[in-house]
Amino acid sequence: MADDKLLKIEKIQKGTVIDHIPVGRALKVLKILNIDDDIGLTVSIAMHVKSKKLGLKDVIKIEERILDSSELNKIALVAEGATISIVEDYNVIKKFSVKTPDIITGILKCSNPKCITNSGEHVKSSFLLVSKEPLVLKCHYCEREMETEDIIENIQ
Amino acid sequence: MWLNRDIVSIGDLNKEEILQVIEKANSFIPYAKTGHPDSPLKGKIVATLFYEPSTRTRLSFEAAAKRMGAEVLGFGSIESTSVVKGETLMDTIRIIDGYSDAIVIRHPSEGAARLASEYSEVPIINAGDGAGQHPTQTLLDIFTIWKELGKVDDITIGFVGDLKYGRTVHSLSKALSHFNVNLHFISPETLKIPKHIRKEIEKKVPVREHLDLEEVIEKLDVLYVTRIQKERFPDPEEYKKVAGTYILKPSTVARGKKSMIIMHPLPRVDEIPVEIDNLPQAKYFKQASYGVPVRMALLDLILRGE
Repeated sequence: MADDKLLKIEKIQKGTVIDHIPVGRALKVLKILNIDDDIGLTVSIAMHVKSKKLGLKDVIKIEERILDSSELNKIALVAEGATISIVEDYNVIKKFSVKTPDIITGILKCSNPKCITNSGEHVKSSFLLVSKEPLVLKCHYCEREMETEDIIENIQ
Repeated sequence: MWLNRDIVSIGDLNKEEILQVIEKANSFIPYAKTGHPDSPLKGKIVATLFYEPSTRTRLSFEAAAKRMGAEVLGFGSIESTSVVKGETLMDTIRIIDGYSDAIVIRHPSEGAARLASEYSEVPIINAGDGAGQHPTQTLLDIFTIWKELGKVDDITIGFVGDLKYGRTVHSLSKALSHFNVNLHFISPETLKIPKHIRKEIEKKVPVREHLDLEEVIEKLDVLYVTRIQKERFPDPEEYKKVAGTYILKPSTVARGKKSMIIMHPLPRVDEIPVEIDNLPQAKYFKQASYGVPVRMALLDLILRGE
C-alpha cells in the first residue's frame, strides 16, 4: 500500500528526477528551467507529497532531458538541498543533492538597473552567497542584496 | 598590506585600517595647505577619471596628489574622451593603467570601480559610483568626528534627513558599526533607512529610529544632516511638507550638548539655514576641508605602502 501511495507518478525510462524540492517551490523550479506548455517533453509534477525528510515536499520528473550543471546551479537557488536523480533504462545512474555555491556567476542578472553589469560592459554577473535561509545574494559589483523573489525574477 | 591596494568600498577596510588612515591624515594636516616638504610621491602619476562631474571630490583628489608631489592627469567630464565614441570602461581602464600609478574614478554606474579594479594593474580608488560606494567621503567623515571630538568610540550619532537614498549615511553608519557607538536614525516614514542596512548594522551596535529630531537631540555627540531631494517625491506638496519639518532650527541645536558637532556631506540646500553656520557646533565646512589630508594619506598608503 505504501508503495502505491508513493508511486503517484510513474517511473521514467530516461530523464531527470528532482526530488525533495521544498514544498510549494515546484512551479518556481519549472519557471527557472524554462519549462512551459510547449516544451515537447513529458513533465510530471507532484506537489505537497508526504516526505520523511521534509514533512512535505514537491517532486518533478522530466523525461528525455538530462540537466546540465548551469541548470543545476539555478535549481539550487530556489530549492537548496533538492535531490537530483539521473535515470537511464529505468535505473538511477547518478544521484546527488544540489547546493547553492558560495559564488554564483553568469546565471543571474543583477536587479539593480544602475549596476555596471547592466550597462553594456562585457562582464559576467557575479554574486556572493550572504545567507542560505532566507536566501540572500549580494552583487559582487554594486553590492546590492537580492532576496528570493528578486532572484527568481532575474534568473537568466 | 597597503601597497597597490584598491579602495573600492568602505567595507574593504577594517577598524585598524580606518584608524591608520586617520592617524596619517592627521599628520598631514600641516601640509594640506602648503604641500609636503619631502614630496613623497614625486615621480608618481595619479589619473583622475570623472565620468560625471564632481567639483569637490575631483579637486580635492587633485590637490591631495599635488600636495604630495605627484603629477595629475585625467578628465572631469567625458565630452572630450573616447567614451563618447563608445569605448567601454574596461578598455579605457586598460589604457590608462599604462599611463599612471593610481587611478581615481567616479562613474554613474554602481560597481564601476569594482569592475575597473579587475582590469587594472595599478590601484583603483573609488571616488563615487552612482548611488553606490564613496569610501573616501566616509573616511573624511570619520576623520572629522575623530578630529573634532577626539575619539570615535563611546559616542552617540544621529543621522537626519533622507536616510533611504543617502549613500553617505549608509556607508558611514556601516563603517561606524566597527566602533563602540549608539546610532539614531531620524527621518520621515518614506525615507527611512533601508531594512537590509539596519539589519547589518544592528548586529554590531544599538540602533534606534525616530520621526522627530527633538526626541533625541539632547543625547547626540554628532548630528549628521543630509539633504532631502525634491525628485524623491512625486507630489511637490508632500515634499514641501516633509522638507519643512526637517530644517534644522537654532532652537533645536540649543537644546543639544554644547560639545555636539553638526556635519553635512554638502552641498546643502536649506536643511541647514545659514544662521547655523556661525555656531561653534557647525563643522561641515571644516569637514569638507579635511578631504585633502585624508586623500593625501590614502594616496601615500597605496603608492608607498607605508
